[in-house]
This record gives sequence, structure tokens and C-alpha cells, in this order.
Amino acid sequence: MSAPAGITRVSLLKDLRLEWRSKDAINSMLFFSLLVVVVFSFSFDPSAEESRQIAGGLIWVAFLFAAVVALNQTWAREIRNQVLDAYRVSPAPANSLFMAKTLGNFIFVSVLEALMTPLFIVFYRLRALGPAWQLLLAAVLGTWALVVNGTFFAAMSLRTRSREIMLPLLLFPISIPALLAMVQSTTAILNGEGARFWIVLLVTYDLVFTTVCLILFETVLNAE
Amino acid sequence: MKRVFPILGVLTAILLSYALYQALVVAPTERTMGDVQRIFYYHVPSAWTAFILFFINFGASVFYLIKRRPAADIVALVTAEVGVVFCTVVLVTGPIWARPVWGIWWTWDMRLTSTLVLWLIYVSYLFLRRFSSSGETPLLAASLAVLGALCVPFVYFSIWFFRTQHPQPVMGGGGSIDPRMLHVLLINWLAFSCFAFLVCWSRYRLEKLQRDVDHAHALESLLAPRGSVR
Amino acid sequence: MNKIYYLFAAYAVTWIIHITYLWTIVHRYARLKREIEELKKPGV
Repeated sequence: MSAPAGITRVSLLKDLRLEWRSKDAINSMLFFSLLVVVVFSFSFDPSAEESRQIAGGLIWVAFLFAAVVALNQTWAREIRNQVLDAYRVSPAPANSLFMAKTLGNFIFVSVLEALMTPLFIVFYRLRALGPAWQLLLAAVLGTWALVVNGTFFAAMSLRTRSREIMLPLLLFPISIPALLAMVQSTTAILNGEGARFWIVLLVTYDLVFTTVCLILFETVLNAE
Repeated sequence: MKRVFPILGVLTAILLSYALYQALVVAPTERTMGDVQRIFYYHVPSAWTAFILFFINFGASVFYLIKRRPAADIVALVTAEVGVVFCTVVLVTGPIWARPVWGIWWTWDMRLTSTLVLWLIYVSYLFLRRFSSSGETPLLAASLAVLGALCVPFVYFSIWFFRTQHPQPVMGGGGSIDPRMLHVLLINWLAFSCFAFLVCWSRYRLEKLQRDVDHAHALESLLAPRGSVR
Repeated sequence: MNKIYYLFAAYAVTWIIHITYLWTIVHRYARLKREIEELKKPGV
């Protein structure tokens, strides 16, 4: 296995192991997911017919907020133990670290989504009328879009005042095309249509932004 | 150099007045919308100017990432700020136009929505510049500018498709434009471009001066001998 | 006839926005100039 990929794997496994041992974040995220779905159910009446139309949007807004909460503490552990400085002076390439963080966040947010989705389905009595595999594909691509940009902006926010508010401030505008794609594809599939255009858009978006974030991460990490 | 600025200022003012006259008096009245349509001559040139400024911001940011010249960073900051100002004009004149014509203040039509997202992206850029500590700001801002600029085609594409699926009234009308109207439009665009250039130049001079003063302060506290040991 | 007010409102708002921005530039510039004069004063 090549060195950068090896570093990514090691970093990722370390994060996952730490997460699994502490179970801090996972427990709070579990409860947060449930809270979000319940609050949404009170705000947007699940029994109304309109809810089926907007369910796509509701789910993704819920995922977005959960992702922001998860992303905000992406680098918290590193900051606490001055690990970032160690990374900067080590010969390990910056993008390996970025990939590891992004993959870790992706797994994390996916777990959250997997927990929230059944709740949404149950509370809102959702049924996929269209091709369901496209739903899964859209979810994976959409989550990756949020996570890759989110991890990058989380690293950027480290260097700013008001760190926690800076992340959504930077993430939301740039994610709008991806968000639109996620919501529209979910709504389309729930209502029995295909979502090919949106999925192609998401694939392109993911490719472009993953590449650029990988290229620019070294600059952000070493910005002095 | 210093004398050029006032001269250009006067010339631009004259050009703007001429363009205003063209827009209000010379341009033919539109058939369906009436005189209110003349907002078009301010709304559209502001949009085009904002796009050009954001494009320059992208170029300056890429240049900064490669060459690390402070002047490029200042150009990026200036074009983003002035671009946001022009973009604000677009977003305010749009609803003022929409209200008498369609009876609503806002429609999620393609152009307005895309402009709003553009505005959001560059306002977030300005927030990043304000909230980050001065050492790293140029690099972080330049990175964000690149991401933001790359996002723009996606914004347009996604909103275009969304709108073709859920059509809404299109503002500013599609279709071909009367050549006399096009003429007035271009005059206003030229005038606003000159105006934008001068505003950018002023902001550039201000920023340069600000940085020089900041350096002077930093130098002063470094060299100060009087018991300023921390 | 009522609609014509919207036209003037749009033009007015455009210039209000531009002039406000220009004013902030001029104001900051003047303040900086004053600060430079202060810095130049000997032995403060």
C-alpha cells in the first residue's frame, strides 16, 4: 500500500477507535437525531399530504444540522492535544490527513443518517415510489459533498474567531447546489420520478470539490 | 498619478449622468411594463459588473495562491467588497421592479435566485476575512475564493434545471431585445464599469494605507525601548 | 402613474447604496490620515 494511503488508513482507524472507545459523540449524536426528527414532526405536521412533498427537504435539513454539529468537533481533539502542529512538522502529506478526517466524518454522518432515516420513515409514513437504489446513491453522494466541504471549512474555521459559527457560515452558501440536488432527488424519488440529472450533478460536484479541497488543504493547514 | 483620479472622477460622473438621461428619456418605453421597465438599465449593468468583479476576485486569488504577492490579495479583497455592493444593488432593484410588474416582491426565478446565492458566497468570503487573524487571512481567503468561484457554474446549472422543472415568471423577460434598448443598456454598463473601477481604486488605496499604518504600528511596538517588556 | 414611483425608488436606492459605501471609504481614509499625523508627531 502506498505511503499516503497508508497514512490515511492509520489516521482513520485511530479516529474510529477513539470514537468507539469514548462513545461520547455517538451517544449525543443519537439523541440529537431523535430530537431533530421529533421537533420537525411538531413543526411540519406529518399527517398532512404536503409533508410527503416536502419530506425530502425536511430530511436533508435535519441531516445538514446533524452534520454541522458533527463537523464542528472534527478537529477539536487535535486542537486539544496540539496534534495539528505535530502533523505540520511531520513529513506526512497533508492530503492524507484530510482524507482520513473526511472519511471519518463521512462514516460518522452516515451513521447518523442511518439512525434518523427509519425515524423519518416511520413518523412521516414515507414510501419510495421511485427507484430506491437512486435514493441510496443520492444520499451517499450528498453526504460526501457536505462532509468534504465541511471538513475543509472546519479546518479553516480553526484560524478564526467565533469558530463554531464560522463553519456553517462558510459551508451553507457553497453547499447550496449540492443541497438543492439532494433535496430534489429525494423528493423526486419519493414521488415516483427519476433523479438522473441531480445524481449526475452530485457526482460532478463531488469530483470537483474533493479534488480542489485535496489540493488546497496543505495551504490551509500550513497557513501562517 | 494623483491628478488622474479627480479627472477620471469627473469624466465618470458625466458619463453616468449621460447614461441616466439615456435610460430615463431616450430609451423607448416598453410595451407591456411601461416606464417601470427602465429599472432594467440599472439592474442588469449592476449584475454584469458584479460578475466581472467576482471573476477578477477569482483571478487575483489564484494568482495569490501561486505567487503570494500582497497586491493580489488586496485586489481580491477590493473586488469582493465592491462586487458585493453591486450585487446588493441587483438584489434590491430586482424586487422593486418585480412588485409593480408581477405584484410580488420576490420570485425564486433563475436570475434572482442565482444572484442571491452568489451574494451569499461572497458575503461569507468577507466574513472569513473579517474573522480570521491577519497573518493567515490572505491564504484562507484565497482558498475560499477558489472554492466559491468553482461553485458558481453549479449554482447556475442546478437552479436552471430546478426552474425548468418548476417554472415561475421570468424577470427581465427572455427573448430578443430592441436594439435601441440594447444601446442604452450598454451605455449604462460602460458608465457603471468606469464607476466600479474608480470605487475599486479608492478602496485599494484605502487598504494599502491601512496596511502601511498597521505595519508602522507593528514596527513601533517591536522597536519601542521604553519598558514595554511583556 | 403609481408605478413610476417604483422606478425612482430603484434608482434612488442604487445611489444610496453606492454613496453609503463610498462614504465609508472616505471616512476611514480621513481617520487613517489623522492617525498618521498623530504618529508623525515627535516624542509622544
